[in-house]
Amino acid sequence: MTAQLEAPSSAGPRPSALAQAFRSNQTTWIGAILLAAVVLAAVLAPLLAPHDPLQQDILVRLEAPSAEHLLGTDAYGRDVLSRLMYGARISLLVGFASVIAAVTLGGALGIIAGYMGGVIDQLIMGVMDVLLSFPTLLLGLMVVAVLGASLENLIVAIAVTEMAPFARIARAPTLVLREQGFVEAGRALGFHPVRIMAVHILPNLVAELAVMASLWLATAIRTEASLSFIGLGVKPPTATWGGMIREGFENILDAPWLALFPSLAVLITVLALNLLGDGLRDAIDPKLRRE
Amino acid sequence: MSAPTVQDAGGHDGLEVLNLRKEYRSTGLFGRTRRTVRAVDGVDFHVPPGGSLGLVGESGCGKSTAARCILRLAEADSGSIRYEGLDVRAARGPALRMLRRRVQMVFQDPYSTLNPKRTIGQTLEEPLHVHGIASGRAAREAARALLGEVGLGTDAMERLPSEFSGGQRQRIGIARALILGPSLLIADEPVSALDVSVQAQILRLLDELRERRGLSFLFVSHDLGVVRHICDAVAVMYLGGIVERGPVREVFDAPLHPYTKILRAASPVPDPAARVTMMRIEGEIPSAAAPPPGCAFHARCPAAFARCSQERPLLREVVPGRAVACHLFP
Amino acid sequence: MTQVPPSPSHGPVLAIRGLRTEFRSGRNWYPAVRGLDLTLNRNETLAVVGESGSGKSVTALSILRLLPEGGARIAAGNIELDGKDLLTLSERDMDRVRGDRIGMVFQEPMTALNPTMRIGDQVEEALRIHRGLDRAAARREALALLEEVKLPSAAQRMHEYPHQFSGGMRQRVVIAMALACRPQVLLADEPTTALDVTIQAQVLSLLDELKRTYGMSMMIITHNLGVVALIADRVAVMYAGQVVEEAPVRSLFAMPRHPYTEALLRATPRVDEDAGTLAPIPGQVPSIRAMPPGCAYAPRCPLRRPPCETEVPPLQADGDRLLRCWVRNNERIAA
Repeated sequence: MTAQLEAPSSAGPRPSALAQAFRSNQTTWIGAILLAAVVLAAVLAPLLAPHDPLQQDILVRLEAPSAEHLLGTDAYGRDVLSRLMYGARISLLVGFASVIAAVTLGGALGIIAGYMGGVIDQLIMGVMDVLLSFPTLLLGLMVVAVLGASLENLIVAIAVTEMAPFARIARAPTLVLREQGFVEAGRALGFHPVRIMAVHILPNLVAELAVMASLWLATAIRTEASLSFIGLGVKPPTATWGGMIREGFENILDAPWLALFPSLAVLITVLALNLLGDGLRDAIDPKLRRE
Repeated sequence: MSAPTVQDAGGHDGLEVLNLRKEYRSTGLFGRTRRTVRAVDGVDFHVPPGGSLGLVGESGCGKSTAARCILRLAEADSGSIRYEGLDVRAARGPALRMLRRRVQMVFQDPYSTLNPKRTIGQTLEEPLHVHGIASGRAAREAARALLGEVGLGTDAMERLPSEFSGGQRQRIGIARALILGPSLLIADEPVSALDVSVQAQILRLLDELRERRGLSFLFVSHDLGVVRHICDAVAVMYLGGIVERGPVREVFDAPLHPYTKILRAASPVPDPAARVTMMRIEGEIPSAAAPPPGCAFHARCPAAFARCSQERPLLREVVPGRAVACHLFP
Repeated sequence: MTQVPPSPSHGPVLAIRGLRTEFRSGRNWYPAVRGLDLTLNRNETLAVVGESGSGKSVTALSILRLLPEGGARIAAGNIELDGKDLLTLSERDMDRVRGDRIGMVFQEPMTALNPTMRIGDQVEEALRIHRGLDRAAARREALALLEEVKLPSAAQRMHEYPHQFSGGMRQRVVIAMALACRPQVLLADEPTTALDVTIQAQVLSLLDELKRTYGMSMMIITHNLGVVALIADRVAVMYAGQVVEEAPVRSLFAMPRHPYTEALLRATPRVDEDAGTLAPIPGQVPSIRAMPPGCAYAPRCPLRRPPCETEVPPLQADGDRLLRCWVRNNERIAA
C-alpha cells in the first residue's frame, strides 16, 4: 500500500536513514551523546586530563576518589581519571582502525565472492568460515601470539577476527544485486567487473555495512580490552582500559574502583555503540524493528 | 539438427541464431550433476535488419535464456549466434566491445533496472565514458538529447530513480540501452510490469524509436497481444524449442501448431463475445528437467498420436514463410 | 459450529456504501478510496477493474478489514454482508467472517500456504476450524475438495508440500481452502496474475464452475480487461479511488461510455487485432496526495469541459449502467 503513496513522481527526496534514525528513536540519541562524550574525552585528553597519566607518585598509592583525584589513584599513584581518558584514545583507535580494516577487507571479499560465484566464492567463503569457527578472543590471541604484542598487531588481530562477518554481510545482498536489472545492464554495456562491483554494488551495501560496523566496533573495543586484560595488548605503562582492569584486579579487595571505572568505561562505550547501531539498523530496515 | 527454412537463408545480415543450446546443471553434494535442465534445446531464428521478432511462450520455455545468450549474459553450450557478420559466441576484447555497442537490452522490472544510488545523468553518461565515446559536456549533451527522445525532460538528469514512476523508469532504461547507438535491441518483457495505459505509451515509444533509428528488435514476451503490436514475426517456444514460427498476423490469426492454438485461445481478449472460444486446456507444463521423449508437447496435445511420443518433430516450413515443428504437418 | 444465519434471499449479498479508506503519509491522511458504492448480487460475478492506484485492492482489504494497522483507516461508509455491517463487528466476529463467509484468494498463492505443512493437512485444518469436522471427516472432505478443484492425483499429492507444487496447482489448493467453509462470497484479488496464460484459463474456468456449483457470489479484482471479459457478469471500472463506470459486461465492452473505460480498452494490445489500433492514455494516474479538484480523470481526458476540472461528477444512472462523467451525462440529457 505504501507503494501507492510513493509511486507518483511528485514524491520528494526522502530524508536520509541517519536523520530518520534520530527522529524515530530516542535511544539513538542517548547512544550518540554517550559516544560523543567518550570521543571528546579521548581527543581532548591532553587538555582535559587533570594529571599526567604516566606520572607515578608512591605517596598517594591506591587512594580512594577525592577532590584531587576524582576517580582515585592506582597502585603506582597514577591518576585513574587521566589514565581512563588516555586509555580511551587507545581503545577507540584500536576499535576504529580494526573495524575499518575489517569492513574494507571483509566487504571487498564478500562482494567478490558474491559477484564472481563459483570456485572463487567457495574459496573465499571457505576461508571466512574457518575464521568464523574460532571464538573471537581465541583467534585474536593466536594472531597476537604469532605477530607479537604491539598496537599495530592488536589492530591486525582484531581486524582478522572481524573480517568474516563483514564478508558474509556483504555477500548475501550481492547475490541479490547481481541479478538486478542495473547490474545485468552494466554487463550488457561492457562494464568491467571491478567497475560493476565498486560503482554499482558497493554503494547499495554501504548502509548495511555501516550498521554492522557500528555494532562490531563495540565488539572490537571489548576484544581490545580482553586482550589487554590477558596482557597481550599494548605494553604497560601505556594506559589502556583492558590493562587498567587487569591491574585493578590485583587490588580488587583494597581498591575496587580501580577495576570498576575502566570496566564502566568499556560498558558505556559498548552500550552507546549498540544503541546507535540498533537505531541505524531500524532506520535502514524497518522490517527488522517489528521483530 | 533443424531443417533450414527460408528465414534462415537471409544471409549474414541482422541476427542469425542456429541450433542454440543451453543447459543448466545443478550440482549436488561432491560436485555430482544432480539434474540437467535443457533451457534452450536447439533453437534457430533470424532477425533481419530493421525487423522485429517476438519470442513468445510460457514461463520456463527458454525464451529469456535464449535472449541472454545473444547478449552474452549467459554463455551458450553450442550453436551459432552471428550478428552483422560477427561471431557473437567467440567475441573477445575489441570484438566484444563492438558487440556491446551494437546490441543492447531493455529489462523487465522498472524498479530494479536502474541503480537507486546513481542519478539519471550518471546512469546515462557512464556507458559513454566506459566506451570512450564522449565525456564531460559532450556526454551530458548526448544524455540530455536521449532523455528528450524517450519523452522525458532534461530536469531528470540530476534526479534519482526513486523520484520516477514505473513507466518513466522504463523510459530511462530504454534511453540507457540506446546511448551507445545500438542497432539491435533485445527487450525482455519490457512492459509486463506496467499498467495498461503506461504499457501502451512504452510500446508506442519503442515503435517510434524503431522507425526513427532503424532498429531491429528481439522482443521476449508472454503476452501475445503485446507481441502482435510490436513485431512482424513471431517464434513460439515450448520447453526449450521453437514449435512455430512465421509472420505475426498469420501465426496468431491462424495458428498451425496445437500448442500455438491453445496459447492463442487462452490469451484473454477484452471481448465477452470471445468467451465461447475458451477451450478446455488440460495439463501443466512439464519440467524442462525431465522433458518427455518425442514431441515436448505430446502429453498435453489434443491431437497427439503414436509417433508424437517417440520421435521429436523438426521445425520445417509448411507454408511459405511459416515453419512448424509438428508431426501433423509432414 | 457456525450456523449461517437464514439470509434474506433478496437484496445484494454484499453492499458497500460511501466507503472512504485513507492512508497515512507523514502526519496527513489521504484517501485511496473516495466514497465508493458497490453492490455484489447473489450468484453474480462482479469484476472490479482498474490500474494500480485505482483503489481496487484497498477496497478488497477494506472489506476484509485487513488494512495495515496504523497506516490506513476506514474513515467513512459501511460494508454490509447480508445486511450486517462488517465495520461494527468485533475483531473476533470479523475473524469468523473471514474464511467462514467470505473466502479469499490472492495473487500469490504461496503467501496463503504454510510451507512447512502438507497440502492435505492445511485443507483439513481449514475444515476443522471453520466447519468443526472431526479428523476422519475432515480428511475425507479435504480429499473431496482437492478433487473438486481438479488437483491431479489428489489422493497422493495431498501428502506433498507447497514447494512441490506449481503456481497453478498452489492456487487450486488455495481455492480449495477458500471453499472449505462454503462461503457466500468469494473474494479474489488478481487470482491469476502470477500464472501463465494457459494456467490462467484453467483457474478462471475452475472459479466460474465452482461459483455455480456452490451458489456463491464472486468479486474478482483485476487489472486485466481480458480476464474481466472471460468471467464477469458485471463490471465496475475504478479510477483514482472511485467507480467511474459500472455496467453489465456485454454492454461495457460493446459500448464503453466513460472516456477512461474507452481509453483503457483502446490502450490494451489485443492479440486479435492489428497494430496501429493501440492508443496510449497520456499522462499518469494522479497521486493520492494531489487529487485534482474536479473529475480525477479530467487532466488526461480528451473530452474535458470547464466543469470537469472544478467539480467532481456524480455517479449517475445511464440506461443499464452507472456513469461518472459530466460530458457524457450531459450529452444524454441533451439528447
